Amino acid sequence: MSDAGNPPIPPARRSAQAGDGITRRDFLNEITLGALGIAGLGSVAVTYQYFSPNVLFEPSTTFRAGNPDLYPVHSVTFLQEQQVYIVRMPEGFYAVSAVCTHLGCVTQWKADAEMIACPCHGSKFKADGTKIEGPAPRPLPHFAISLTADGELLVDKLQSIKPAQVFKL
Amino acid sequence: MATSFQSALQNLRETKIWKSIFRRGPANTNRTRSLAVFGNLFLHWLPVKVREKSLRVRASYYLGSISFLLFIVLFVTGILLMFYYHPAAPHAYRDMKDLEFVVSNGVFLRNLHRLAAHLMVFAVFWHMFHVFYRGGYKPPHEFNWVVGVILLLVTLFLSYTGYLLPWDQLAFWAVTVGTNIISAMPVVGNKIRFLLLGGNIVGENALLRFYVLHVVILPLVAFLLIGIHFWRVQKDGGLTVKPKDNDGKE
Repeated sequence: MSDAGNPPIPPARRSAQAGDGITRRDFLNEITLGALGIAGLGSVAVTYQYFSPNVLFEPSTTFRAGNPDLYPVHSVTFLQEQQVYIVRMPEGFYAVSAVCTHLGCVTQWKADAEMIACPCHGSKFKADGTKIEGPAPRPLPHFAISLTADGELLVDKLQSIKPAQVFKL
Repeated sequence: MATSFQSALQNLRETKIWKSIFRRGPANTNRTRSLAVFGNLFLHWLPVKVREKSLRVRASYYLGSISFLLFIVLFVTGILLMFYYHPAAPHAYRDMKDLEFVVSNGVFLRNLHRLAAHLMVFAVFWHMFHVFYRGGYKPPHEFNWVVGVILLLVTLFLSYTGYLLPWDQLAFWAVTVGTNIISAMPVVGNKIRFLLLGGNIVGENALLRFYVLHVVILPLVAFLLIGIHFWRVQKDGGLTVKPKDNDGKE
């Protein structure tokens, strides 16, 4: 703050600065701080990039669920790796997410009680994902189903659809 | 016996090596005692003089010292555990099991680390409540109170990152739930979760990131803040001492 320790500016230098009202010291300070600031922002940006992986070795979000005949009518099948239930009802197929909408635990299909239950905090859902009770704020989402050229079910987990959109063979 | 030991110590103090390390005579006056504290890296941020009142149990219940002692225990046992632990799946779970059932004294070290971690969270919280209820956050201690709150958060974050490392069901679901709580934060929540896990699921990247946070970054931050915390106690005039600290005798 205080310039008490600095020697007084010689008259010659003072007159050279009279026109623009900014001293050489202030100018260089501001230039340096500005350059450091820009470099600092750049470092934050490249560090952020570095910490965001570009390639992930995670299960694919689009997957084949096999031949439709594998799933009998009135059945709920849990696909462990993809964390999806393939539900087949008389009206058709739906793919229901097995990940609880509360805090992301993987739910389980309880065949005897005919409901999907979350082991972490006790949320309960019907086979079509509708919420029965529990802390879960939303029903389980449905994913888009299509058929591959060779007749297998293809589920796309990035594409959420309305529960009414049932996939018919 | 005692005299021969004392004369041996005296001879040692006369040696050139001793004098090159401790550049002072025996600490037998107030001045030389002060110099002994000032001239020692590990003591110089501690007060040269301490009021007798502030050493009484009621003044602090030694909660800060207990927290620090537990931190040192965790530091030492943590380093020892690192010699047998690979932060990768599926090794992490096997290494934890090896430490429990195969490695000599591994179960002792692991349990010491785990129990000291639980106790440290408890001690740090109790320390905070104690300081709060006796008004230790009031001027001139406001800055040190804030450092203490950050240290509490670092302690909790150390606990949380260490929780994932056994790579068992408890660890996996605790971190799944915890990181989903983070993603509930508006706007940046999902991004922070992605950066913390190094992906969208609790997988190998998450294990490695939590490991680096747990064994390098957070301990460094904790050591730095603990240094500032201790130093500020001295600079702010020592512990808050009240008349009732005389063990009930006013």
